[in-house]
Amino acid sequence: MSDKREFRVLSATAILGYGFPEESFERGMSRKPHLIAVDAGSTDPGPYYLGSGKSFTDRAFVKRDLTHMIKAGVSNSIPVVIGTAGGSGAKSHLDWCREIIEELAEENKLSFKMAVIPADISKERVLNALNAGKIIPLAGVHELTHDHVVQSTNIVAQMGMEPIIEALKGGAQVVLAGRAYDPANFAALAVMEGFDEALALHMGKILECAAIAATPGSGADCALGILEEDGFILEPLNPKRKFTCESTAAHTLYEKTDPYHLPGPGGELDLTGCNFTQIDENRVRVTGTRHVPTEKYYVKLEGARPIGYRTVSIAGSRDPIMISRIDSILNEVNEQVESMISKRSDVNGSVYYHVYGKNGVMGPLEPIPSSSVSSHELAIIIEAIGETKAAADTLCSVSRSTLLHYGYEGRISTAGNLAFPFSPSDISMGTVYEFSIYHLMEMENDMFPVTYFQVGKED
Amino acid sequence: MLVNITDVARVIRSKNSGPFEITFDIMFKSPQWFEYFCEKDIISRELICRLYNVDETKILAIVHFKPANAIKFTLKRRIPSGSPGETDIYGAQQHAPLLGIEFEAPEYEKT
Repeated sequence: MSDKREFRVLSATAILGYGFPEESFERGMSRKPHLIAVDAGSTDPGPYYLGSGKSFTDRAFVKRDLTHMIKAGVSNSIPVVIGTAGGSGAKSHLDWCREIIEELAEENKLSFKMAVIPADISKERVLNALNAGKIIPLAGVHELTHDHVVQSTNIVAQMGMEPIIEALKGGAQVVLAGRAYDPANFAALAVMEGFDEALALHMGKILECAAIAATPGSGADCALGILEEDGFILEPLNPKRKFTCESTAAHTLYEKTDPYHLPGPGGELDLTGCNFTQIDENRVRVTGTRHVPTEKYYVKLEGARPIGYRTVSIAGSRDPIMISRIDSILNEVNEQVESMISKRSDVNGSVYYHVYGKNGVMGPLEPIPSSSVSSHELAIIIEAIGETKAAADTLCSVSRSTLLHYGYEGRISTAGNLAFPFSPSDISMGTVYEFSIYHLMEMENDMFPVTYFQVGKED
Repeated sequence: MLVNITDVARVIRSKNSGPFEITFDIMFKSPQWFEYFCEKDIISRELICRLYNVDETKILAIVHFKPANAIKFTLKRRIPSGSPGETDIYGAQQHAPLLGIEFEAPEYEKT
């Protein structure tokens, strides 16, 4: 036995609710981890989830993952940290996840102390910071205005390690955090116990995606991180996977603008002096990461606001004449629809045509000219965004019926231009949101208050 | 000899880097090809502008990342993820123009 101090972290899955094989989790538990942690969120699924307060992950599978994690954590007295609860980490997401935890605790007769850390920032606080010049946009992001703030339905800030450390010091068995910097969930307890902040955060940066950084990668499998005084080791928990220098370094690129400098709350990780060493067939050791604090402590704000309602219609075309003229046909249909609704003050909005088989994926960035499209069939999604649900429905319906019977030049097939796979053909998708806030704000006191709850009956 | 990039790269991909940026990764099969691409500046600002029909101000970064034998660049999104007119919320299918890159290789060895 080596007496070298180490801190082992079991990362259950890439995103809570994505699942993991039970064997991998048990193998992880047999390595006697000091912490079980999971990242539950992402902005990748788009603004709807933060804006609407709903989760993009499925309740049944979130409960399944949490049941394994919390049962194992409670029965072995290993803290469990869950960050960015409910996918976006606003209050409704936190409440949703808390309800799941209370439900599974009751079903499994578990009792424990839980800390809940909301990450919502009030509009008043954001506006005050904006007025005081304490908010700066991230690269490529619009300047923040009062409208962006006032119209947002949810505004959260990414917490760093500090509130999670506070909750763990307070004796929480389970920490349920709102929006959190992903690595912080994995690093907080180790830093609290005196391990190096830079290495703990860098290990957290990789573990937050669990086995995605292994090869073959998977978003639905566990991984183990072993933090030492002067480096950390990544260990797979499934015999099918291994961590290699290449897979680990490659993961550092993922979803990042500059892999040498990774900004987070209060500072950035500097990877310029990093070394990746293959210590055996399956494991990689990383050393040399530095953490450089910023002059001021900034947290990232995220907000989404409603901008209208969406109704879509899905159809296909199998007519070679129509396909060869699709650009001009859609332009003419759009003009005809606009002229019909321009006199109506109650139908405000825009129509977008997504033409799959032509440039549905890349839009105007598509390098293949539409004149050379050779698909024998096209999918056309008519997307209407209206100021009201009724306006969106009207725009979609009128565009659909106009396109269906439009007498384009050279038409031979005169009974109808579209094949609809569904009846009803039009689908109302509800409110449309956009990311209204993606800015840095100077840290203030009491942004992330920690509250404790007793879950289940006290022993 | 004109060679296609897919002969020397093992990964070519795109993905969101936050909702306002898309980042592109090209990971080479060997350190030699990575060094060659860096040396010859094949993934130049000019090439990126041409492939994605954007002006230079949209290029937020081009980074040569030795630990992964990778060149990556990041573009400001035309439309933020999920905003009206958007076509790729995750940004994971914007890599295709890179697959067509051809370059002059001095001593071509298929690795």
